[in-house]
Amino acid sequence: MSETRKVLIDPLVDNNPVTLQMLGICSALAVTTSLLPALLMCLALTSVAALAGAAISALRHRIPNNIRIIVHMTIIASLVILVDQLLKAYAFETSKQLSVFVGLIITNCIVLGRAEAFAMKNGVVLSFIDGLGNGLGYSVILIAVATLRELFGAGTLLGYPVLETVSNGGWYEPNGLMLLPPSAFFIIGLLIWGIRTWRKQQVEKPEYQIHAVHRTEVF
Amino acid sequence: MAKEFDRDSISNTLIVAIGLSLVCSIIVSSAAIVLKPVQQKNEELFRQQIILEVAGLMEPDADVTVLFEAIEERVVDLESGDYVEGVDTDEMVTIPDDLDLASIGERARYIPVYHVMKDGEIEQLILPVYGKGLWSTMYGYLSVAPDGNSTRGLQFYAHGETPGLGDQMDKEDWRAQWDSKELYGDSDQPQVRVIKGLVPDGIEGGEHMIDGMSGATLTGNGITGLLQYWTGSHGFGPYLNNFRESS
Repeated sequence: MSETRKVLIDPLVDNNPVTLQMLGICSALAVTTSLLPALLMCLALTSVAALAGAAISALRHRIPNNIRIIVHMTIIASLVILVDQLLKAYAFETSKQLSVFVGLIITNCIVLGRAEAFAMKNGVVLSFIDGLGNGLGYSVILIAVATLRELFGAGTLLGYPVLETVSNGGWYEPNGLMLLPPSAFFIIGLLIWGIRTWRKQQVEKPEYQIHAVHRTEVF
Repeated sequence: MAKEFDRDSISNTLIVAIGLSLVCSIIVSSAAIVLKPVQQKNEELFRQQIILEVAGLMEPDADVTVLFEAIEERVVDLESGDYVEGVDTDEMVTIPDDLDLASIGERARYIPVYHVMKDGEIEQLILPVYGKGLWSTMYGYLSVAPDGNSTRGLQFYAHGETPGLGDQMDKEDWRAQWDSKELYGDSDQPQVRVIKGLVPDGIEGGEHMIDGMSGATLTGNGITGLLQYWTGSHGFGPYLNNFRESS
């Protein structure tokens, strides 16, 4: 597998930012009650991650070490404001639902993490692809969670009825828990369980093993 | 060959810091300016949509602009409570400290209100109200029946209250309480308020009380304050009084 492909494909499952690195969980809980805001959030985060990667990589030989993180934050924050302004102009209703979470992409560990860990050491194109890959890895999880939550919580997908709910004269009794933040925790937990059952190498070694003390060791 | 480029030198640090700030600020501010007209149009449509929602006229997938034609805008001189025309709506009036229950400092002298018309008669009066909550200034609309006393609805369209606590005021079941409360009752002072906890059944004066929002007492107090101001003598009091006297 070529390096470019690996950089793009790896974060989807094998090195997924959400399920393996446990980053970006906050927004994954908050914006996944329905599919449309989740899709928009994915688009916003993926474009910020990719463009920030490219911009930081282009400047990597000039960025002084001691103000490195501030420079990253400035670039990321500018991109996030740009995306936020665009959403307010062209996707007003959904941007209201996303409220503060677009702004919070600035503090999303995935973006800063990739800037620091990858873009500072690699070329512009590769950094762009790395940002894209990690954004897509985040998107895969968000879309999966949002699909489950909207389908079972409201019986719809993207607002279109799929499971006819009782209140609309159908048969499906919506599960209200699905619309509350805890359900996203459960779903992400189950996803991690599923992925680690499939990809055994992702299972972490226990950090500490209880050591049975034999009475002869005490003295 | 000249000595190797030192990216950690003070001069390079300053150049990068200043240069980057300049470039980023130019990008951000030009985006803000270019996109402003589109955003303002969205905000205006959203404001009209909120007015329609307060009035209970909003339908899903309807064209806001078309529905808004049933609504008439009139400008009121708050001091006299009479309609005026051709005035400068930017003229501000300072609010005396002891009357400033909404903590806003000043307000416009002439304020546009909205009439919901039905068969040529006024069916609802929609008044803009705003004031400080816990963190932010909350902007909303209050809908009052033409008797100048009964409320029909209250809805905020912009605020920065705590997500999950203060923003319960956007929830449908909380908003539903604002249908048919009484602003004044028999008194000439504003009575309506958000209490702490639930309104007990059959309590005296319950027609003036709204359930508190748990975890958001200060936001509730803000709503009480801004309503007391806007329905009081320095707010829409004289204007609503005209309706109460004639009904």
